[in-house]
Amino acid sequence: MHNKTISDLAKGLRSKEFSSVELTQAYLNRIKQHDELNCFITVAEEHALKNAEHADKLLSNGSSTVLTGIPIAQKDIFCTQQIKTTCGSKMLDNFIAPYNATVIEKFNHSGAVMLGKLNMDEFAMGSSNETSFYGAVQNPWQTDSVPGGSSGGSAAAVAARLTPAATGTDTGGSIRQPASLCGITGLKPTYGRVSRFGMIAFASSLDQGGPMARSAEDAAILMQTMAGFDEKDSTSVDKEIPDYSSGLNKSLDGLKIGLPKEFFNEGLNNDIAVVIEAAVNEYKKMGAEIKEVSLPNMNLAIPTYYVIASAECSANLSRYDGVRFGYRCDDPADLNDLYIRSRGEAFGAEVKRRILMGTYALSAGYYDAYYIKAQKVRRLISEDFNKALSEVDVLMGPVSPSTAFKTGEKTNDPIQMYLADIYTTAINLAGLPAMSIPAGFADNKPVGLQIIGNYFTEDKLLNIAHQYQQVTGWHQQTPKGFE
Amino acid sequence: MTLSTDIVEQIAYLARLGIDKNDTKTYATDLSNMLDLMTQMGETNTDSVQPMAHPMDQTQRLREDIATESDQRQVFQSIAPQIENGLYLVPKVID
Repeated sequence: MHNKTISDLAKGLRSKEFSSVELTQAYLNRIKQHDELNCFITVAEEHALKNAEHADKLLSNGSSTVLTGIPIAQKDIFCTQQIKTTCGSKMLDNFIAPYNATVIEKFNHSGAVMLGKLNMDEFAMGSSNETSFYGAVQNPWQTDSVPGGSSGGSAAAVAARLTPAATGTDTGGSIRQPASLCGITGLKPTYGRVSRFGMIAFASSLDQGGPMARSAEDAAILMQTMAGFDEKDSTSVDKEIPDYSSGLNKSLDGLKIGLPKEFFNEGLNNDIAVVIEAAVNEYKKMGAEIKEVSLPNMNLAIPTYYVIASAECSANLSRYDGVRFGYRCDDPADLNDLYIRSRGEAFGAEVKRRILMGTYALSAGYYDAYYIKAQKVRRLISEDFNKALSEVDVLMGPVSPSTAFKTGEKTNDPIQMYLADIYTTAINLAGLPAMSIPAGFADNKPVGLQIIGNYFTEDKLLNIAHQYQQVTGWHQQTPKGFE
Repeated sequence: MTLSTDIVEQIAYLARLGIDKNDTKTYATDLSNMLDLMTQMGETNTDSVQPMAHPMDQTQRLREDIATESDQRQVFQSIAPQIENGLYLVPKVID
């Protein structure tokens, strides 16, 4: 059952091969069986079975959608009523949100069954899932290695078949990099395509939620539910949603693919370059034309990103004050002591580092040199993409400069960790959509191909990914022990 | 660029963020390394470039000024660390 696609599961539910309760129970059993991966912060067993029972009723009376009765798991950054939402932090260890995120509401409305809340880097700040208050997540391909981050629990759970699909969020690569490191399909939509309401904020001009699944076909089904205008999110874009599934089979004949030369520099591990080259050749066989393009300011993406993301993080995280919700220290001497100790005791080292960096970049005397400068460079980076995407339909390249690294390898060197995001952060600065799809292996660990499209072309990206998955089997590989 | 531990303590205070005295030096080193990385931006001329605050240069959407939320005081206060008579409790501010 756990190897079926969402479409097959939907068919099985309708032909009464199994019920949603049986399906949900089977996944709950698998989650328990592979508890050592630490993918889940909260397993919502009772809630899931109750919803599965309700879904079975909907299925029998015909008022269902393709997701009705299908188990999915949510990154623990999306607020859920009744079930705690921690964002991977001690700060929110006791937090039960008073409302559902719009994404959660949409899945509830579709009849999907939520299995639980997935582990993640604390407040989505990290590239390895090691900054979580709830401990690191293991990569099912090699359990001594990281699954990537920040949506590491989501990627590992999908790869290990503990859920048919999951949600993630991507501020600087947090869907694409773990998808790449765990060999699954992840889509970071255009900024504004998926509602951010109830999605705990890290860097508001960069954050975007999206699907993480085993194939582009499944990602398209999730995207159909997640996308759309939301008046509760002031940056949500009111634009028509295409039918993501119906466009999957379009021919790629004549597709123009740009390869940014800056993506293939000396920082890229050679084994990965070989995999990416082979994937591009596969597209050539399908009739695509390949052209070299340039993103001249690409080398500035990491510094620019870490100024902007840290600045927005320091502003967003000022809400955690120990007064209205979340962690409060014991016996505060006065109001200042309450703020300082509550935040000091409940935030982890990486979150503190970024709050400090952001506070510095926004402080008087440094604001122009760092924050305004970064916003200007952001425009240059964005214009580079506009130019490149006026010459070609999509860009392709690696997601990550290396495969999954060993747990603990980079924890003492934040800069090395940041450089793992070298091919992903620029896309968030520009607000563009991008995917990671499994394209092969290096050193027995998965390698993802990144496909970057123009604004609101998620349908095109899914089509391009799906066509590749029709002629290759990388996305169907399963880690040993999780078949 | 090297940040002193004094500056780190000052920023931490501005952010109302408690950091362990033993960790201040590590934060100073980490932040200094981050700032070194960020100085790369200075090499690019941006004199005539408009700052980009938002991916699509959107303008803020406006709506009619009508109440859309009902009173949910009890719901919100049910997750507060300490309340009394419908008020959030904090340590005494005025003697």
